[in-house]
Amino acid sequence: MSAAADIIGYTPARPGMVTRFFRSSFVAVTVIVLAIIVIWYIAATFLNSPWQYEVFARAGEKPGVIEFVEATWSQERPVLPSPHQVGEELYKTIFETAPTSKRSLIYHGWITLSSTLLGFVMGTALGILLATAIVHVASLDKSLMPWIVASQTIPILAIAPMVIVVLASVGLTGLLPKAIISTYLSFFPVAVGMVKGLRSPDPINLDLMRTFNASRPQTFWKLRWPSSVPYLFVSMRVAVAASLVGAIVGELPTGAVAGLGARLLTGSYYGQTVQIWSALVLASVLAAVLVTLVGIAQRIVMRLMGVRA
Amino acid sequence: MRQAQRDSWQALFAFAALVAAVTLPINAEGPRIYVLGLGTEAILILLMLFLTAVASVRPAASDIADLMLLFFVHVGGYFALTLLPAVADGAGWGFWGLVIALWLLAWRLVTGLSALEPSNRAYAMLLKIVVPLIFGIWLLFLWEVVVVGTGVPAVLLPPPSAIWARITTSTDILWADFNQTFLKAVIAGYAIGCASGFLVAIAADRSPFLKRGLLPVGNLVSALPIIGMAPIMVMWFGFDWQSKAAVVVIMTFFPMLVNTVAGLAASDAMQRDLMQTYAADYWQTLIKLRLQAALPFIFNALKINSTLALIGAIVAEFFGTPIVGMGFRISTEVGRLAVDMVWAEIAVAALAGSVFYGVLALLERIVTFWHPSFRT
Repeated sequence: MSAAADIIGYTPARPGMVTRFFRSSFVAVTVIVLAIIVIWYIAATFLNSPWQYEVFARAGEKPGVIEFVEATWSQERPVLPSPHQVGEELYKTIFETAPTSKRSLIYHGWITLSSTLLGFVMGTALGILLATAIVHVASLDKSLMPWIVASQTIPILAIAPMVIVVLASVGLTGLLPKAIISTYLSFFPVAVGMVKGLRSPDPINLDLMRTFNASRPQTFWKLRWPSSVPYLFVSMRVAVAASLVGAIVGELPTGAVAGLGARLLTGSYYGQTVQIWSALVLASVLAAVLVTLVGIAQRIVMRLMGVRA
Repeated sequence: MRQAQRDSWQALFAFAALVAAVTLPINAEGPRIYVLGLGTEAILILLMLFLTAVASVRPAASDIADLMLLFFVHVGGYFALTLLPAVADGAGWGFWGLVIALWLLAWRLVTGLSALEPSNRAYAMLLKIVVPLIFGIWLLFLWEVVVVGTGVPAVLLPPPSAIWARITTSTDILWADFNQTFLKAVIAGYAIGCASGFLVAIAADRSPFLKRGLLPVGNLVSALPIIGMAPIMVMWFGFDWQSKAAVVVIMTFFPMLVNTVAGLAASDAMQRDLMQTYAADYWQTLIKLRLQAALPFIFNALKINSTLALIGAIVAEFFGTPIVGMGFRISTEVGRLAVDMVWAEIAVAALAGSVFYGVLALLERIVTFWHPSFRT
């Protein structure tokens, strides 16, 4: 770039350090996140204040503003817990409780994570299989594809409790029923993405394979499959997030035994808002980590395949 | 095409299965019944099925063979349904032979119809609807026949006919639930969520700083299990539909935000330059160029949100609700093991979801007729 600039004799004005710093998206994201936390604290103050008024009125005290605000941030069962309360609860249930205890979030998180992963693997496999069939059999493309799309306009999660209860009535409990719901949610993005991906090779390349007299399996493994990998990873990112949602909702009707969904349900039964929020935060962290992991796997696989990013 | 030169294996196997259907008894318990002993109608139908199978063996079967398939396969399907009461105690191999033959012939029919490439546009459109429709009908048929024929307990999976009977006998309950969940919670939440996502996206568009910060956060949030906010919303907004609408608002907000922001960046630099040479101000450029270019993205969000909204409203009802609503009905009837009622609710939800989605897709087709994916 500098060589070209020398020849033309013109260098575009380079923004100063400060400007560049404020233009980076890292700063923008940080500011937004900080803003969200500030709004959270303000909202906590306002939402928790009616109850706090009553408490002070009953005790006959006249608190100062600072004292009052602090009190709204440290209620036992606040309408909206403040961020540091959620943080404390998270620390307590993750680090200070043994992972085997039923009070540990690691225990519940692991249960949710395991059914998420099982469902994700099954859903991805099912999606790839369906996509392969659809790409190779013309009648399936015309007849099955519209139904796959239609199947997602159905609120699948609504069936989740029934699937769980029905499978439990035939003696199937534990990991598998939840994983089945995750499978149902995660197969769709993979199937749709892979149909697109397996069709993505240029006609000219497909023609080349034909001039080589390549069989269908050969064309599949040497041309269609490699060119569909980017599509696969993009859909897997969506699928893994959907799979986590499926696992959490799948835990709701099991009588709230274990898992993050069960923490949400017991929290809402007993008004333990701090417990609900900490389960939510952990679920969000899990989702973010899973999506990031798929992204990292994508980068590694693409590099191994010789694609330069 | 290599495939087209082979004889249709579906037709060949269907022939073999038909032979089984006429030689083996159709029931497994009590005195054996044979199809051919059921009177002239049964004999005629089976004869026609044999003829159809033979006529459709050739790969590029004639139009007459396709028409025969279309007609007799469905007559045969109806015939098999009339046999169901006789096999309710246990179906014999004769019955299964008939079912397998019909299924294979239906497959052959779909294969034949998919291979057609009509030049007439209306005809092609009709085919596009008919082929999935046939597939769906046969899916329901197999569901009914297999569930009744093998005697799957109704608790596990009720046959479609039982679900239909439940729908027709309890329309008032279903309507009340639909009214509560869909007409109140979903519509209100969907409208507020989509509108606010759209407005925030336009606000973010004015400020590059806000856009850079909001977009990654929005992308992250749309991957989060937002459905978990449902218990909190129920605590804040009470048991009635307002809390469900609030869940729907949160669920639909971020997809709309992210898609609209992406869509506003979709117009070409060249086109924006043109607007500048016209001395168009920000709002003119926004309304006349950039929003138009963003429409495919906005419709994408609207379609994604249509399913999210239903899911959000139904799942939110699991956390507390007045004694009406689709989610409430599903969770209580599951507890009573009245699975046919649950399936009836699901059928209503599926229909509502599909119609919602279909209307949006149709609207998209009308409004963004210029998009490459619709210009064929």
